[in-house]
Parts: sequence; C-alpha cells; structure tokens
Amino acid sequence: PAFGLFLFTIARDPLRIIILIAGAFFWLVSLLLSSLIWFIAVKASDPRDERLQKGLLIFGVMFSVLLQEAFRFLYYKLLRKAIEGLVALSEDGCSPISIQQMAYVAGVGFGLMSGAFSMINLLADALGPGTVGIHGDSQLYFLTSAFMTMVLIFLHTFWGILFFHGCEHRRWWEIAAVIVMHLIVSGSSFCNPLYVGSLVPSYMLMAAAAAWAYLLSGGSAQNLRRFLLCK
Amino acid sequence: MITFMNNSDSEEEPCNERTSLMSAESPPVPSYQDGLQASEAGEVQAHRKRRAGSSRSPNNIAGGEMPGSGVPVRESAPENEEEELTLKYGAKHVIMLFVPVTLCMIVVVATIKSVRFYTEKNGQLIYTPFSEDTPSVGQRLLNSVLNTIIMISVIIVMTVFLVLLYKYRCYKFIHGWLILSSLMLLFLFTYIYLGEVLKTYNVAMDYPTLFLVIWNFGAVGMICIHWKGPLQLQQAYLIMISALMALVFIKYLPEWSAWVILGAISIYDLMAVLCPKGPLRMLVETAQERNEPIFPALIYSSAMMWTVGMAKPDTAARGSSQQTWDTAEDGREHHRSPSHADSQMSETRSPVPTRPVTSLEELEEEERGVKLGLGDFIFYSVLVGKAAATASGDWNTTLACFVAILIGLCLTLLLLAVFKKALPALPISITFGLIFYFSTDNLVRPFMDTLASHQLYI
Repeated sequence: PAFGLFLFTIARDPLRIIILIAGAFFWLVSLLLSSLIWFIAVKASDPRDERLQKGLLIFGVMFSVLLQEAFRFLYYKLLRKAIEGLVALSEDGCSPISIQQMAYVAGVGFGLMSGAFSMINLLADALGPGTVGIHGDSQLYFLTSAFMTMVLIFLHTFWGILFFHGCEHRRWWEIAAVIVMHLIVSGSSFCNPLYVGSLVPSYMLMAAAAAWAYLLSGGSAQNLRRFLLCK
Repeated sequence: MITFMNNSDSEEEPCNERTSLMSAESPPVPSYQDGLQASEAGEVQAHRKRRAGSSRSPNNIAGGEMPGSGVPVRESAPENEEEELTLKYGAKHVIMLFVPVTLCMIVVVATIKSVRFYTEKNGQLIYTPFSEDTPSVGQRLLNSVLNTIIMISVIIVMTVFLVLLYKYRCYKFIHGWLILSSLMLLFLFTYIYLGEVLKTYNVAMDYPTLFLVIWNFGAVGMICIHWKGPLQLQQAYLIMISALMALVFIKYLPEWSAWVILGAISIYDLMAVLCPKGPLRMLVETAQERNEPIFPALIYSSAMMWTVGMAKPDTAARGSSQQTWDTAEDGREHHRSPSHADSQMSETRSPVPTRPVTSLEELEEEERGVKLGLGDFIFYSVLVGKAAATASGDWNTTLACFVAILIGLCLTLLLLAVFKKALPALPISITFGLIFYFSTDNLVRPFMDTLASHQLYI
C-alpha cells in the first residue's frame, strides 16, 4: 500500500520525489546515529548479561525514536527554508508546493525508509525455504511483520502531517502527542510475540492519527461522505 | 577531459586469467556539471524564444531543486523569468537524472544478486597488479593503496592524452578510439554477460541465435550511440553499457582496492575539474573557446538539443560530465563546461552523438537537459554493486548507499545551479555513499538484526 501511495501521489511531481528521498535520507541518518549509540553501549557493556542486553536494547529503541522525531523536526526546519526559497523564485508569489504536501511527502519518506529497513531482509529470506518459526517461534512471523510494517509506514505518514502542523501553528502539545504515540507504538512492539499486544494498539493509534490528520488537513465528515458517495 | 578518459579505457582489453584480455578501464572522468543547467529549463518553446534575446543567466534551479538547501541566489530582474522557469524545471532535471542512475543501479544490483559469476574472484586487471590475498592487514592495505596509485596514474595519463589530442585537433583519432572502445564494450562484454546470465538460469541457446542477438544488439547500439537514434534508445544503451562496465569493475577489482579507488577517484575528480590546470577543466575551456560541443561521447544527456545550424551533440552523451547545455544560446554561449565523462567511461560511454539536428531553425528550441558523464554512472553503480555483493547486511546496506548517492546527486545539482559551471559529480555522492556503506555495514546491521530477531520496531 505504501508503494501504491507513492505511485499515485508522489511520482508525478519531481519536487515531491526529491523531498521524499531527502526524507528517507534524514531517517537513515537518524537510524545511523541511534545505532551508533547502541553499538557503543553494547561494546562498553558485558555481552553475557542477558538482562543488561535487553535493557540496552530497549534503551536503544527509545533513543532511536527520540532521534527520529528530532530529525523530523530538523527536516521541518529545512523544508521551511526551502519553501521560502521557492516562493521567492516562483512567478506568482506562491510556492509550487504547500507545506502540507511537504509534510505528507516527508512522512511518506520516513515511513518508506523505515518500512524498507524493517522488511527487506525478511523478504529476501522469505524467498528461501519455508521454515517459519521452526524453533518454537511464532508461525505468524512474516504475516505480523508485514502488517506491523504497513502500520508503521502509515503512522509515519500521519505523524509527519501532524508534526508539521504542530510546528506551523506552534502547538507544542501536538508535537508532544506525536512523540508519545511513537514511543507507545515502539514500546508495544516489545510485547511481541504476543501479537495482540502490539498490533491492536498500533492499529487503533493509526486510526486515531489518521482521523486527526484528516481533520487537520481540512477534511470533514461531510467531505468524506461526499467522496464516498461520489457526488 | 572527459573524452580522454573514456577513450583510454576503450583501448585496453580486459586481461584476466580466463580470457587473457586486458581490460581497459579508462579512468573516470570527473563530471562536470554545468551551471547553466539552471538557465535552461527549456521545454517551453515560447519561453525559449522569448528568452532568446535575454541574457542567459543561469538560473538558479538550485532553489527549485533542492528545497531547503537555502535560498537560491536571486538574479536580476530580466533573468527572473528564466529563473522561475528554471526553478520549476529544476526539479524535473534532477528527476531526469535520478531515473537513469536508478535504472543503472538496479540492473547492476539485480545482476550481482543473481549471477554468481560477477562475485567470483577470477583474477585481476592488469591495472591492479598487487594481490590482496596477503595474510597481514598492513600488507593488504599497502597493496590496495599501490593498486590505487597505479590506477589513478593510468587515468591521469589517459586524460592528459585525451586533452592533448583534443587540443591539437586530432579528432579522427579520438573518434576512432571511441568507436573502438564502444565496439568492444558492446560486443565482447555483452557476449560475456549474456553467457553468464544464460548459465545462471540454465537456459540453452544455440550459437546462431546468440550470434544474431548479439549482432543486432551491438549494431543498433553503435548506430544509436555514435550517430542518430531515438533519444530513449540511446539513453537505454548508455545505461546498459555503464552497467556492463560497472559489473566488470566489480568483478575484477579486489575488495579493498575498490574502496580506496573510489575514494581516490572522487578526490581526483574534484581536483581535475576545479583546479585551473586540471585536464578536465582545460578540455572544457578548449571546447568552449572553439564553440564546439564537447565530445559527444561518454555523456548521458537527458534531453535533446536542437541547435541552429550546428550539429551540437548536445544530447550526446557526454562523458561523465554533467552539463546542461544552454541550447538557446545556440552554442555561442556554450559556457557550459562539458561535464566530464570519465575516461573510463569512454568505453562505456560511447559517444552519444547528437540528436538529429533537424530543428536547426529553431533558434532556441532546445530542451535543456542535464548532462551527466557516464563515468559517474559507472562509479555510482560500482559502489552500489559492491555494497550488494560484499555487504553482509545485504539489502539494508544497498538501500542506504542508494539513497546516499541520490542525495549526493541532488546536492551536486544544487551546487551546479548555484555556481553555474562544470562541477564534478563524483565527490559528494561517493563520499556519502562510502560513509553510509561503512557505517551501515558495521553499525546499523547489528542493531537492525537484533531488532528483527526480537521483532521490535522503531
């Protein structure tokens, strides 16, 4: 689905593609930094201590979430400057792309990159022999991974919109809400393989975020009805 | 400069234990990016005509292309229109380059992943005589550095040779050289490649069919690249030969040497293009003085250029240089420095001849496009291919390098718009690519593996 989003909404406009790739790049850099921190922590600690390792992992995950949001903020700043530049250079004084579109594209960029990193090795392994969960792990590994990745991509997209909107209107609570949601989603993934603990809250959060972003972007129940009934 | 490089490669044949041919890899020519790119967003003919008279100031497409990279320089009023247009089309130019680079990388990665031939070590090029099978790390490092020095000096010699030839107007020689190298590339390497692919998929093909296929492919390729042909076909051929060349590099360069060479090439590119005495820069300036298009070889052009009364090989693939030709300028303002095509690319970059100069009358009918040297294509693909072949993190590393290279390309194009003269396309992208490769392989991979094994998500 994310790829479909990409094809239909982004591939037409070259500017959006650039923003997308830049968004993916920012996510990548944040991942790099967070894994650097984790790596250092692991190397500096005792590799045999299971609990410590797990604790470090959790710490790494949380830190990574925070870093991702920080980079989203940095990206927002960059895009603000870009919009000013575009407006200055455009013919009629308004930029060819609005901040909301940018927010959407940036979100998709983040999401795609994170999804790709989560899934692609899995997919490559999936081409091999079909021995999922043979060592007592859950048999639904691939399926749940796919769903989780999809929900994460969508979430990133919505968070992008919410985050940028919050920055635009200086509503700090919106930004804080995004960060908290991200932490919750990542935290819930700790419940794996008890999948009900992670997938269900994630989907609910996604629905909430979707509705919120939709409302923020100017939609309303009326619009939705009109769209669905094809008026 | 660009042409030099390219030619040198084509002359040598690959030499390895198997075939006892020497592979001639011409040193990649730094790519020049033309700053004029900004000025020409030329799709709109009306605009072009309108702008025909105005000064061609390179527009800042940078603004358009790289959002957020800063406010583009404001040009004076008359140029503002051009700028705006450029801005609008600036992003389009970037995409026009993204697509072929992406395609080339996809081809290389797909081949590396499926055909095992290209990851087997079957010998080395004659340009890298020191083997890397030594037991100690220090010795290995030393060998790879020596290999790099040899390679770079070969490239420098070739480039200088090419520039000299160009200066003294030995065009026939250069053309012959280019034709020879592209011939070899199209036929020999394609034959090897096809053979390996068929072997991998266990498909039998008899010799007459093989001969027919390769003959057609090669003949059409030669015509398309050196003479006239549809733009898309020409671009497709250039991409294919770049990919073939990159595959040869990946196969025959030993591990550490490959990385050191990549780094050294970017530094060399930077110097050769920007230093006043650099060979590539001299080539560009000479071409500009003579008001000729830079060698229509070894350059990938993204648009067609029709010039008035001049068969400008604009669209010709320029060697690894990126140049945006300001066609409107009708060659007079050919200030675009031709991007350099890597000399190595010369093999791969068969000179892409100009697009049919049919629309001569249209003075400013040119679709400005961006030109990128083929050498750049090749080295980008080498980086990504090596990442795919040797990284243990597999797809993550490959993906990371891919994004890094694209971002580097974006930044370079942005700088192009700001500086408006030929710029090397290699350094920024290769630097990003190398950084991301090493860091992803060593840092991100254990992190992601641990996360994936616990099925955690960040």
